[in-house]
Amino acid sequence: MNSDITDFASLAPAYPELLMAAGALVLLLVGIVVNKEKSSLVSWLAIGLLAATGVLVILQPADGVIFNGLFIADGFARYMKVLVLGGAALALVLSLSNAEENGVHKYEYSILAVLATLGMMVMVSANDLMSLYVGLELQSLSLYVMAAIKRDDSRATEAGLKYFVLGALSSGMLLYGASLIYGFTGHTNLSEIVIAIANEGRSIGLIFGLVFLLAGVAFKISAVPFHMWTPDVYEGAPTPVTAFFAMAPKVAAMSLMVRLVMDTFAPITSDWQQIIIFLSIASMVLAAFAAIGQKSLKRLIAYSSIGHVGFALVGLSSGTQVGVEGVAVYMAIYVGMTVALFACLLSLRTANGGYVETIEDLAGASKARPFVAAIMAIVMFSLIGLPPLAGFFAKWMVFLAAIEANLYVLAVIGMLASAISAFYYLRVVKVMYFDEPKDEFVAVPNELNIIMAVFGFLIVTYYFTLGNPLASMAHQAAGSLF
Amino acid sequence: MGLEIGLGHYLTVAAILFTLGVFGIFINRKNIIVILMSVELILLAVNLNLVAFSAQLNDLQGQVFALMILTVAAAEAAIGLAILVIFYRNRGSIAVEDVNMMKG
Repeated sequence: MNSDITDFASLAPAYPELLMAAGALVLLLVGIVVNKEKSSLVSWLAIGLLAATGVLVILQPADGVIFNGLFIADGFARYMKVLVLGGAALALVLSLSNAEENGVHKYEYSILAVLATLGMMVMVSANDLMSLYVGLELQSLSLYVMAAIKRDDSRATEAGLKYFVLGALSSGMLLYGASLIYGFTGHTNLSEIVIAIANEGRSIGLIFGLVFLLAGVAFKISAVPFHMWTPDVYEGAPTPVTAFFAMAPKVAAMSLMVRLVMDTFAPITSDWQQIIIFLSIASMVLAAFAAIGQKSLKRLIAYSSIGHVGFALVGLSSGTQVGVEGVAVYMAIYVGMTVALFACLLSLRTANGGYVETIEDLAGASKARPFVAAIMAIVMFSLIGLPPLAGFFAKWMVFLAAIEANLYVLAVIGMLASAISAFYYLRVVKVMYFDEPKDEFVAVPNELNIIMAVFGFLIVTYYFTLGNPLASMAHQAAGSLF
Repeated sequence: MGLEIGLGHYLTVAAILFTLGVFGIFINRKNIIVILMSVELILLAVNLNLVAFSAQLNDLQGQVFALMILTVAAAEAAIGLAILVIFYRNRGSIAVEDVNMMKG
C-alpha cells in the first residue's frame, strides 16, 4: 500500500493506534480538569477507549505495510492486538475495587495503562527494528512507573526499581543484538532482513545478533534464564498492577517473539530453534520445581506464569503453522485463566482489611466464600491442564505441534513438568477446602463476581463454547505469517 | 606509518563498553546510581556500533536509529531517577544491598 502520510485514508492499518494515542491525550486532559474524587471516571473512560479500539481492530480490518515499511497490519497482528486490548481492559476493571488501598486510584494509572497498551500494539505491528524498539520502550517505561505507582509503599518502590534495572538491561541487550543484525545484513526493516539472510546466508555476527535480540525479548516474556525479576516484581507490585503485568505485556512480547523467529529469521530456523527449545525446557522445569517451596501466592503465580510461557514456547519450537496456532490459542486461554485467577485473588479480603498474601491465608475460603473458592479451584485445575477445562486444550495444541515436528523429548519433558506443577496448584485447592478457617472474608465487589462467573463458565465449557471459534481465528492469524 | 582505524576497532571498543556496562550492573555492590550509569554505558556502546556500521555500509538508517536511542535513553534516565528518588524517600538509602525486601 502506498504510504503517503499526508493522506489520512492510506493510514487505515494504523487507525487503532491513532485512536489510542489521541485517546490517551484526551484522557490526560480529562484527568486534569475533573477533580480527584471522581478518578474512577478516567478509569471507566480508559476501559471504554480500550474496548472501542478493540472493536475498531475487529470491525475495520485493513491489512498493509505503512510508514515506509515500519508498521505492518496483518491477521496475526489483529488477533494479538485483540488479546492485548482485552487483557489490558480486564486488568483495569480488576483495579476498580479498593483502588485507593492499592494505590491505583490516581488517574495517571489508567492513562499509563493506555500508553503501555499503545506501546504493545506497536510492538505487535512492528516491521522494523526501530519501530520494534520504540514500541517496546513505550510499553516498558509505562510499566516501570506502574510497578512503583504506590509510591509510599517500600515494597512497591523496590519492585519498580528492580523492574527498571533489569528491564533497562534487557532493552540494552535487545538493542545490541539489533545493532549487530543491522551491521551484518545492512537493513533495519524486517522484511528486507529476511531477503538479506536468504541471499547471503548466516554469518557469525548475525547469529550473535540473533542471540542478543532473543535474550532481550525473553526478558520481557520472563523465560528462564531471564526470569529473575518476575517473582520479585509480581510480589512487590500492588495486586491489580500484577494482574496487568501478567496478561497484556506477556501476550505482546510473545507475539513479537513469534513474528521475529517465524518471519524474520525463517531462513535460519535450525539456529533459533535451539535457543527457543532451551528457553522452553528451562522455563517449564525451573518453574515446576521453584514454585513448590513458595509461601506467597503472588510468587506462586509468578512461577506459574514462567512455566506457562515455557509451555507456549513448546508450540513455537516446532516452527510450523500448527505450532504458531498453538501459541495463539495458548496465549488467549492463558489470559482468560489469569483474569479469573486475579479476580479470585482480589475478591478474598480479610475482615481486617488485608488481601490474602500467603497460601495459608486462603485456609477455609471454601466455607466463607464458596463461590470464589470454587472458581479458584476451577482455575487451578485448568492451570494444571486437566480435561475438559480450557487449560487442557491449550497444552494439547502445543504438545501436538511439537510431536508433529518430531520433538518428542521436548513434549515428554513438558508433560512431566506439567505433572510436577500439579503439586503446587493442588496445594492451593487443599488449603482452601480442607484447612480450618482463620479469618473472616469481606463481601466481594460486583464486577469481580461477574468476571469470575463469566470466565469460570468459559473455562469449564471451553470445548463447547469458545473452542472452535478460537481455533479457527488462531488458524487465520497463524496463516498470515506463512 | 599510521594505523588505519577500521570497523573492527569500533566494534571492539563497543563490545568492551557493553561488557563493562553489563558487569557494572551485576558486580556493582555499592550504589544504584552506578547501575544507572552502567545502563547508559550499554546504550552508548550500541550507538557506537550503529554509527560505525552506518559509516561502513554508507547507509543512513543506523544513524537515525542512534538518534532514536539517544532520545529514549533520556526518557529512561528520567524515569529511573524518579523511581530512585521515591525509593530513597521510603528507605533512606540507595545502596544496592538494601534492595532486599523480597527474596526467594
